[in-house]
Amino acid sequence: MASETLTLHNNGHEVSYLDYQGKHKGLLGWLLSTDHKRIGILYMIGVLSFFAVGVTLGFLIRLELLTPQGTIVGPQAYNEFFTVHGIIMIFIVVIPVIPAVFGNFFLPIMLGAKDVAFPRINLLTWYLYIIGGVLILLSLVLPGGAADTGWTFYVPYSVRTGTNMIFTLTAVFIIGFSSILTGLNFLTTIHRMRAPGMDWFKMPLFAWSLYATSWIQVIVTPIVGITLLMVIVERVFHVGIFDPTLGGDPLLFQHMFWMYSHPAVYIIIVPAMGVISEIIPVFSQRTIFGYKFIAYSSLGIAVFGSLVWAHHMFATGMSDTAEFVFSLLTFLVAIPSAIKVFNWTATLYKGSIKLEAPMLYALAFIFLFSIGGLTGIIQGALNVDLYLTDTYFIVGHIHYVVFGGTGFGLFAALHYWLPKMFGRMYNKKVAKVAFWIVFIGFNVLYFPFFILGWMGMPRRSYHYLPQFQLYHVIATVGSWILVLGLLIMMVNLLVSLIKGKKITENNIWGGETLEWKVSTPPTVENFEEIPEVFDGPYEYKQNEYASMEEEVK
Amino acid sequence: MTTQEHAVEQVHRDDIRSKMGMWLFLFSELLLFGGLFFMYSVYRFMHQQDFSIASKEMNTFLGTLNTVILLTSSLTMALSIAAIQRGKKALSIFLQIVTILFGLAFMVNKVIEWSHEFAEGNFPGSASLANRPPGQILYFGLYYSMVGLHGLHVLVGMTVIGFMTVFTIRGKITQDNYVKLEAAGLYWHLVDIIWIFLFPLFYLIT
Repeated sequence: MASETLTLHNNGHEVSYLDYQGKHKGLLGWLLSTDHKRIGILYMIGVLSFFAVGVTLGFLIRLELLTPQGTIVGPQAYNEFFTVHGIIMIFIVVIPVIPAVFGNFFLPIMLGAKDVAFPRINLLTWYLYIIGGVLILLSLVLPGGAADTGWTFYVPYSVRTGTNMIFTLTAVFIIGFSSILTGLNFLTTIHRMRAPGMDWFKMPLFAWSLYATSWIQVIVTPIVGITLLMVIVERVFHVGIFDPTLGGDPLLFQHMFWMYSHPAVYIIIVPAMGVISEIIPVFSQRTIFGYKFIAYSSLGIAVFGSLVWAHHMFATGMSDTAEFVFSLLTFLVAIPSAIKVFNWTATLYKGSIKLEAPMLYALAFIFLFSIGGLTGIIQGALNVDLYLTDTYFIVGHIHYVVFGGTGFGLFAALHYWLPKMFGRMYNKKVAKVAFWIVFIGFNVLYFPFFILGWMGMPRRSYHYLPQFQLYHVIATVGSWILVLGLLIMMVNLLVSLIKGKKITENNIWGGETLEWKVSTPPTVENFEEIPEVFDGPYEYKQNEYASMEEEVK
Repeated sequence: MTTQEHAVEQVHRDDIRSKMGMWLFLFSELLLFGGLFFMYSVYRFMHQQDFSIASKEMNTFLGTLNTVILLTSSLTMALSIAAIQRGKKALSIFLQIVTILFGLAFMVNKVIEWSHEFAEGNFPGSASLANRPPGQILYFGLYYSMVGLHGLHVLVGMTVIGFMTVFTIRGKITQDNYVKLEAAGLYWHLVDIIWIFLFPLFYLIT
């Protein structure tokens, strides 16, 4: 037995990380693994499970809103549904999903490293993440009821409500800690573990986007951590911090909450932008247009995005000067995002575009994110925002940005990288059909929100006026289409892991980044020898010929 | 220890990497306290008089004593690293234990101070505190939260240094490989620095 292990051990670098048998076997071999690839898969299982819970809650919310009065649940249950839906989707799905799943799996490979800088801390983050997620699920089933404050935890209600707030707040605190450690790990990995020859501007743009995201995670997450910790302390020990009856200022809570939670929007979207920056050049077989602009715009978003938080609070009666400054900064943050959108479209120009499933999702990302981004700009204008604050318009905006952006970025990444991770291809036809159902369902569900908001429908409302019903019915039907599409997509991907066609070639899609040069699925050590890098990440043959021709001329 | 451990071991030891990770962690710790300092400055601005009145009730002697204790403990911590760099293992262990004892003395002082405050009825949720003006409630709320969180960090720091002492005894921290001890030292200095700001904010400014 011992000698058997030893042989395997010696040949470890030739064995796929999926088949590798180390000291621990079977399930423990996964749960105690410090291999960044296995941790990435652990995260994937975690995130997608919580995503399923979040989708179910969202589905129930839409079902409830089919009629103007109560449909399936009472008002208290409805409040808990939209709160937990928001908390799950924001804090344990879209914030961690792309860095923790695909960042963990592919960042070291893309940089030419064998693992992340701190593999054991990496495993610790997964456990923290799961503990947080389980706490939130517990708050749903335990007596007392789940949090009913909305995902924003505004005081004083969050200090006074009798529901299981402590569970939820502790969960978000723990997940925040996990997020900080992941950020710290990636920053150190990017700084210290790039392969020889890979200077900063030879890094794939996905790595750049993770770099910017990690900085935001490390900088702003502690702020929300301490804020929520103070709410816990206030609830448990009645220490005067935010509650006005104890002298506190609830608006201070809002400032501190959004100091994190607005940059968190960029923790959510920037990694997805990184995924899109990988997929667009591969499926147009063309060098990315404006590499440095995209790289710097990620950092630009990180900087500006940290300075715009109070645009969530225009209706709270801040000073005019503050409102003006925050409105201006909000407009400015659109610039780096727009730079990316223009560069992606410019990359498509004259490319040989292949409309595979990842590309479809990537193109849908650009379309939906543009709608989401532009409707955000509308609300950055002070006078318009006063009218639109807390209406369905903001709900539509957040879903277009977060779901249309990061959600579609996630689906694109799944279709792009899953075959590489498991060595099996999904059914491409079914994937495309699923895409169109998801895309149509998404728009039928969320576009009416803009109209509803413009008509004055308030968010988080259990009852509504009869004149809004038509749009609510359309949205609910949209949710059915969307869920159907998601089911087809997920089943197709899951079936492919077992029955999909085996892939042996390294480069499935014709990419030029390092993950396409290692075997499929990657071996335990990723590389038998640490590679030396000479070319940039998007130098396609076609273009090399083109530049050679130019030189000849 | 774990399945793919060897994948890690084959990578060269990189002390700069370890320290960079520690610095980033300290950075996030600083921002954690930064949130509290931010709350303090906002509330101090809103309730200047109440803060001034409440801060006069602090025991400046015990506060000063604790500042001296913590500053000295930072010195012994730094010296323990200098000792291991010169290969003086026993001296390094001695200095680490002294550092832990200073941390303990700091905590004992805090317990004395807090029990005194509690005896006077200045604790969160008490009737006598609730009857005071909002600014004073906030002052004591912030005092207990900030000093309490700092105390928690002192305890964590003592535990970490305790582990380092064990590592040094077992020969895992040596003249050639002392980056763990350095990282623990960085953490201890952070705890010290935060106190250096807490002390004037709560005890000295009136």
